[in-house]
Amino acid sequence: MKALLFIIYGIKSALVASLLVFTHSAIASSATLDKIKSTGAVTMGVRESSIPMSYTTGDSRFDGFHVEVCRMILNDIKDKLGLSTLRINYQPVTAQNRIPLVQNGTVDIECGTTTNNTARQRDVSFANTLYVEEVRIAVKANSGINSISQLAGKKVATTTGTTSVQILRRHEKATGVNFDEVFGKDHADSFLLLESGRADAFVMDGSILAGNIANSRNPKDFKIVGEVLSTEPIAIMVRKDDPQFKAAVNAAIAKIVANGNMPKLWDKWFLKPIPPKNSVVGLELSAATKNAWANLNDRPAEDYQKK
Amino acid sequence: MNMDFGVFCKSTLDGEPVQHCISSIFGIAQNADPSYLDWLMQAWLWTIAVAGLSLVIALVIGAVMGTLRTLPNSGLGSRLLVRGATAWVELFRNIPILVQVFVWYHVIPSFVVPLKELPSYLLVSIALGFFTSARIAEQVRAGIQSLPSGQMAAATALGMNRVQSYRYVILPMALRIVIPPLTSESMNVVKNSSVAFAVSVPELTLFAMQAQEETSRGIEIYLAVTLLYALSAFAVNRLMTWIERRTRIPGFVGTSTDPSLAH
Repeated sequence: MKALLFIIYGIKSALVASLLVFTHSAIASSATLDKIKSTGAVTMGVRESSIPMSYTTGDSRFDGFHVEVCRMILNDIKDKLGLSTLRINYQPVTAQNRIPLVQNGTVDIECGTTTNNTARQRDVSFANTLYVEEVRIAVKANSGINSISQLAGKKVATTTGTTSVQILRRHEKATGVNFDEVFGKDHADSFLLLESGRADAFVMDGSILAGNIANSRNPKDFKIVGEVLSTEPIAIMVRKDDPQFKAAVNAAIAKIVANGNMPKLWDKWFLKPIPPKNSVVGLELSAATKNAWANLNDRPAEDYQKK
Repeated sequence: MNMDFGVFCKSTLDGEPVQHCISSIFGIAQNADPSYLDWLMQAWLWTIAVAGLSLVIALVIGAVMGTLRTLPNSGLGSRLLVRGATAWVELFRNIPILVQVFVWYHVIPSFVVPLKELPSYLLVSIALGFFTSARIAEQVRAGIQSLPSGQMAAATALGMNRVQSYRYVILPMALRIVIPPLTSESMNVVKNSSVAFAVSVPELTLFAMQAQEETSRGIEIYLAVTLLYALSAFAVNRLMTWIERRTRIPGFVGTSTDPSLAH
C-alpha cells in the first residue's frame, strides 16, 4: 500500500514537473523574454538628440517621451517575469544603424523616433503607435507665408536623410508647384538655413520644428504654419521573430494607456520645461496622436496616407 | 544577405518600377518620373563637376603659390611675395576642409553680401580648390627645390630674367617631377568632394544618405556609390599616368624606372 502510494505520488510529481516544464517552455519560447529573465538585464536603443522623444541629458543618461514609456513597459515586463530588479542598458543608435542593431539582437527594444512603414516591417516589428508625427512648415514669423502654395519658387530647406525630402518631391509633382530645395546636413543645420535667410521655409516633423524653434535665440521670430504635409506613426521597434515579446510590450502599452498616463506624459515632455536646458517644446497634442491612443494599432505609415 | 538591385529601377516618387530603367541613362528614353538610377547618374555628374572645378582652381593657384615660395631673396618685393604665398599655404592647410566649406557657405557671405548669390556648388569648389591648392603648392615647391641650384644659375648665365628662368628652365623640370604626388592629390579631390553634401550640393554622398533612407536598401545604394567614387578616382589616376608618360623626356630629371628608356 505504502509502495503504491509512493508510486502514485511519484507519477503525480512527474506530471506536475512535466506540466511545469511545459508551461515554462510556453512562456520561454520568446528568446528576448528568456534573455531578460536569465540575465536580469535588457538593452534599450535610444537616440542622442531627438528632443523630446529620446535624447541624452548628459553623462550617458537618456530620457524623453519614448524612453519614459519604454521604462514603464520594461517595468511591467519585469513584474510579469517575477524579477526583483531589471538593469536597463542604454545603447545609443543612429538612423543608419538602428534597424541592423535590432535585427542582430544588440538592442532588445528601440525607443527613438522610428517611422513604422511597410519597408521596415520586412526587417523588424513595431509596437502599437503612441505618437503620430505630422510634417509641417516652419517660416519666419514676419515672412507672410501661411501655406505651402505660397512657397512656389522659394527656397525650402529640409534635412538630408529624412522622409521629408521625398514628401516635398511628391508634393511638387502632384501640385506642379516648384520649390528650390536646399538640404541641411542635420536638423540644426537646416534650421540655420532658415535663420540666416538662405531658405524661406523649413519642412520637417512638427516636433523637430517646435524643438528647434524653442531652442533658438528668438523663438518669437519663427512660427509653424500651413497644412499637414504628411502623417507618420512613430513607434517603438522590436525584433521581428519574437511575437511573444511584442505581445508583452503591447500589453504593457495597453495598461499604460488604460491608466490614463499618456496625457500626463505628453504634458511633461511636450508642454513643460524639459532637461537639460529647461526649454519648452510647445507642441500641442494632435488629433492624430489622440486617435492612436484611443485605437491602439500598429498600422504602417502607408495606411495613414490613404486616409 | 539578400540584396535587391532592382531598387535602382524604382521611381523616386512612388517606389514603383519605371519603364525605361537602363535606356534612360543613355538619353534614349525618358522616364515619366526619375528612377533612383537616373538620380544616381545625376549625382555622379555633380561629384565630377565639383571635383573638376576644384581641381582646376587648385592646380592653377597651387602652381603659382608653390613657385612664389621658392623666389630667391632679392629685395622687398620678392620677400613680400614669399611671405604672402607662405601665409596662403599655412592658412588653408591648417583648417579642416569641412570647417572651410562652412566658412565659405555661412560665414563669408554674411560679410560679403554678393557672395550670397553664388550657388553652393561654386562656393564649395572654391573652398575645396583653395584647400587643395595649399597642398599642391607644397608639392610644387618641393619639386623646384629638388633641382640643383646650378640650373637657375645657368639660366641667368644665358641672359634670362627671373620669369624666363622659371618659365623655360625650372618649371618644365619641376612640374614633371611632381606629377606622381599630383596624381594622388587629384584623386583626393574626387574623394574630398563628398563634403559638398553638407552645403546642399546633390552629389553622390547626399544621394547615398537620402536614397538609403527612402528605400531602406542602404547596402545596395552604398555599394553603387562606392563603385562610382572608386571608378572616378581610378579614371583620374589613369589620366594622370597617361599625362606622365606623354610628357616624359628620356634621360631627363627624375630617372625613369622604365628599362626601355635606359641608356
